[in-house]
Amino acid sequence: MSEFFHSVTLDAEKCRGCTNCLRRCPTQAIRVRDGKARILSEKCLDCGECIRVCPYHAKKAVFDSMDRMQEFDYTIALPAPTLYGQFNNLRNVDYVLTGLLQLGFDKVYEVSKSAEIISETTRRLMETGNLARPVISSACPAVVRLIRVRFPNLCHLVLPLVSPMHAAAKAAKVEAAAQTGLPLQRIGAFFITPCPAKVTDIRSPVGPDQSWVDGAFAISDIYPRLLEKMNRVEIPEPVADSGALGVSWASSGGESTALLREKYLAADGIENVIAVLENLDTEQVGELEFIELNACSGGCVGGVLTVANPFVAKARLHRLRNHLPPASIHPESNAASMRWENPLEYTRVMQLSDNLTEAMTMMQEIDRLCALLPGLDCGSCGAPTCRTHAEDIVKGNALLNDCLFILREQAEAAGINLSGLYHRTPEETEKPL
Amino acid sequence: MTPTISNCFEVSGEDFSRAGEASGKIKTILKQLGYDKDAIRRVAIAMYEAEINMVIHAGGGKAMVDIHPDRVDIVMADQGPGIPDVEKAMEEGFTTAPDRIRDLGFGAGMGLPNIKKYADSLSIETQVNVGTTLYITVRATQQYI
Repeated sequence: MSEFFHSVTLDAEKCRGCTNCLRRCPTQAIRVRDGKARILSEKCLDCGECIRVCPYHAKKAVFDSMDRMQEFDYTIALPAPTLYGQFNNLRNVDYVLTGLLQLGFDKVYEVSKSAEIISETTRRLMETGNLARPVISSACPAVVRLIRVRFPNLCHLVLPLVSPMHAAAKAAKVEAAAQTGLPLQRIGAFFITPCPAKVTDIRSPVGPDQSWVDGAFAISDIYPRLLEKMNRVEIPEPVADSGALGVSWASSGGESTALLREKYLAADGIENVIAVLENLDTEQVGELEFIELNACSGGCVGGVLTVANPFVAKARLHRLRNHLPPASIHPESNAASMRWENPLEYTRVMQLSDNLTEAMTMMQEIDRLCALLPGLDCGSCGAPTCRTHAEDIVKGNALLNDCLFILREQAEAAGINLSGLYHRTPEETEKPL
Repeated sequence: MTPTISNCFEVSGEDFSRAGEASGKIKTILKQLGYDKDAIRRVAIAMYEAEINMVIHAGGGKAMVDIHPDRVDIVMADQGPGIPDVEKAMEEGFTTAPDRIRDLGFGAGMGLPNIKKYADSLSIETQVNVGTTLYITVRATQQYI
């Protein structure tokens, strides 16, 4: 698998080359070329923002088909706590979990349970582990990727623990192997995901060498089938094994709450996350112990692969928590087994050149070109801003007269009067120029 | 010939929310250049502190930044009230910021001391009722050439 696997892709048939995604991409990773959007692989975070804003539904998230369960002798569902917020009037998580079992899974293991274990491990590490402060959560893979490409001075602050999804897969598979006697590779663990960034994090994880998760099913894909099964459950099986603290991870602020510490900050929505990281980068945030950041507005409940409105889901989870124990009881966790194998390292994808002198010469040329461009950031050249257009020209990926305003100037300088077109009557326009 | 990248910004005098604009832009440029990351951090903090000072005390000013391969030279010039006692102003915790500014969490008397801490050199030219100019240099300790 290449370093830049992506779960966000483009359906070129549907793409009209409009500029909605172009302007909203937080890392300026999209260009429109030949009338179609293109995603610059190395800059894309898989945050899903472009999926959210595409009016033609041309941006898609890759996730697995449930047929993939056939590849294994024994299958485990790993429901994200966000899943519970999709259903109205849910007071007992066992209805959801029983529904999943009836869809054909042999076992369910709640990701919220692992979330509680991660919270506890984080608490202990923060007390004894000499972590640099403030600790930045590593739970949202889009945020981890954002820090990796844009914040060289913050990489060392990111909590070096796997996310609950990875921890749940490992615990569930080891447990299942002991119970069934099957080898691990015959056991498949599938995450029920709210977002495409998690899919990417399974195929090409940033911290751990390799993920224990075998695939991901979108909440939106599984929802109708699951609802049908759930509606027929009369007496649910008592399989739920997590509490309010773990379930609260689904919405922004939940992970911080589960840490039982006061000096924390929780921000959600990719633009807000970037603003907080910029402040943190220049030491403007004051004294904090923990920073929880979620790329989606509202937290995971705002993921693009969910069904319910994020605020509705959040309210439902809030109510559901009243029916849950505070937290599950679990054996002493092993911090070492959750540690990342690889420290987070800055990836220089925003850099113009590996050679500083060359980069500086390119920057001078960019500044020169910027002065020529109109500064409207209209996007019609196919780059999100005039500045990125200038960068593309210098990198050899675009031409100055991709800018419509420059093109018009050039045409007029060549004696072609384009502005005359606007004043013609329809009859006149019919005639050849 | 070694290239130099020059930038000049107006620093707004009224608006706290805009303090940090100039340092933010310089930070982005330095990252694109692949500049030494420790130097990026020190430039950003020193410039931000100087910008905030301009907002609090001087009603805005100008930020001029020259990026060289081995160092960043920053000139922060304002036409504010000037600093009557520079030595005093360099003491940590000394402030002349009014209470309303301090209530906002700014003006804690750490601006100039912080700039000095993060910069490799700092010199101050100031004259009461004329203005203040800071000359800040941050050296790159590591280069990717």
